Amino acid sequence: MLTFYLLLGIMILGSIVAIETRNLLSSVISVGIVGFTLSILFLMLGAPDLAITQVVVEILVLVILIRATISVDNTDIEATRDNFAVVSSLIFLGLFLVFASFAFLEMHPFGKSLMRTSQHYLDNGLAETGASNIVTAIILDYRAYDTLGEATVLFVSVLGAIVIMRRIGRKRGVKSMENTGK
Amino acid sequence: MGMSLIVKKITQLVIGLIFLFGINIILFGHLSVGGGFAGGVILTCGFILIMLAFGKDKAFSKMKIRVSHFLSCGGAITFLTIALLGYIGGAFFLNFPDHGKAFHLHSAGFIPYADIAISILIVSSIFIIFVVLVLWGGLTKNSGKDADDEEYIHNL
Amino acid sequence: MTIYLMCLFLFAMGLYCLVAKRHLIKKIIGVAILDYAVNLFLVLIGYKEGGVPPILFKDMSQQVLSRQSVDPLPQALVLTSIVIGLGVLIMMVSIALRLYEKYKTFDTSEISRLKG
Repeated sequence: MLTFYLLLGIMILGSIVAIETRNLLSSVISVGIVGFTLSILFLMLGAPDLAITQVVVEILVLVILIRATISVDNTDIEATRDNFAVVSSLIFLGLFLVFASFAFLEMHPFGKSLMRTSQHYLDNGLAETGASNIVTAIILDYRAYDTLGEATVLFVSVLGAIVIMRRIGRKRGVKSMENTGK
Repeated sequence: MGMSLIVKKITQLVIGLIFLFGINIILFGHLSVGGGFAGGVILTCGFILIMLAFGKDKAFSKMKIRVSHFLSCGGAITFLTIALLGYIGGAFFLNFPDHGKAFHLHSAGFIPYADIAISILIVSSIFIIFVVLVLWGGLTKNSGKDADDEEYIHNL
Repeated sequence: MTIYLMCLFLFAMGLYCLVAKRHLIKKIIGVAILDYAVNLFLVLIGYKEGGVPPILFKDMSQQVLSRQSVDPLPQALVLTSIVIGLGVLIMMVSIALRLYEKYKTFDTSEISRLKG
């Protein structure tokens, strides 16, 4: 249990650095630290599938974010701050944390999970599906509709990125409009 | 084009192992850790490594953009066809093939085939996203080159 | 209980970064930290003390898996959520790049002030 607190402490420190530092490249690298520490935490919590996926997705996110930051000529941000937004967001987030901690007192203690639906999946997973990895049996047999939705979301994000980055040549566009207008 | 000689040599030695590792995680998704998503992203990182180490011409000779477009649509349609074939068993997405022996590679109905379809979809989609964001973000200074794939992207 | 509160503190920091900062890349970093906090919270709910991962090997008995494994259902949900987070981040970065190309700055107060 001590390792969980330690790793969460490293994540909180890394995100404080990522939010407050002024150099853009340093903040992107700090987000990378938070992501890799999250992958170690997934491994300790008994989820090896998630650890593998989190590591490689984090690598892709880092590559894309670094490409977005090196496009700027100077990587330092000016020091002006929006005082109203900072103060009001701190007040509201403080209220949110106080009231959410009241709600957390009603939850089950950490380390004893309820597992009402999952008991059926664990007992009959191998017999009903034939797959011995219960997580794969859930995402591709018991709840395969969610995987269909996820494939749709990924496909739509590819289309969105292509459409946003597309540039239609001005000469080609004007010529085609002239041809159809006749 | 690309990086120095040391990076190119190391990439030539290691790239086969990276692809083998990715295919292992995809195919054995229902027996050990893995699945379609993790294996697909690992394969994509292999293609990105080729592009970073050797330059974009070599990477496009391995996987062209037109092929990636067809593969991404093909992967999505294959997954949907597998779902609709479940009507043979009686319901949408029913696992209709026989389950086979446990702990063998050929078991668990259509789960290995669905893993392969998802991994093909993810490889081609994320490769296209990487190419569009990194190479033609609108901020590169080379304008006016007339490569075949550039024209295809500009006229998408 | 403390670990849930630390996870919620991470969520609140991501939300603060999304709201109170003016630079577009900082806002994207805030969304990424929000994403990590939510996925971590879902996996933390399903943890069982002394639990094994929910994978059945050849020499393991079914009783051990039924009694001692951690909850596999949040893991399946989070697997989907990680890949969807990647898709959302990709679209945000592409919009940010187009905005930079048009207005030559990443500062949102400048972008909202210019008249196009």
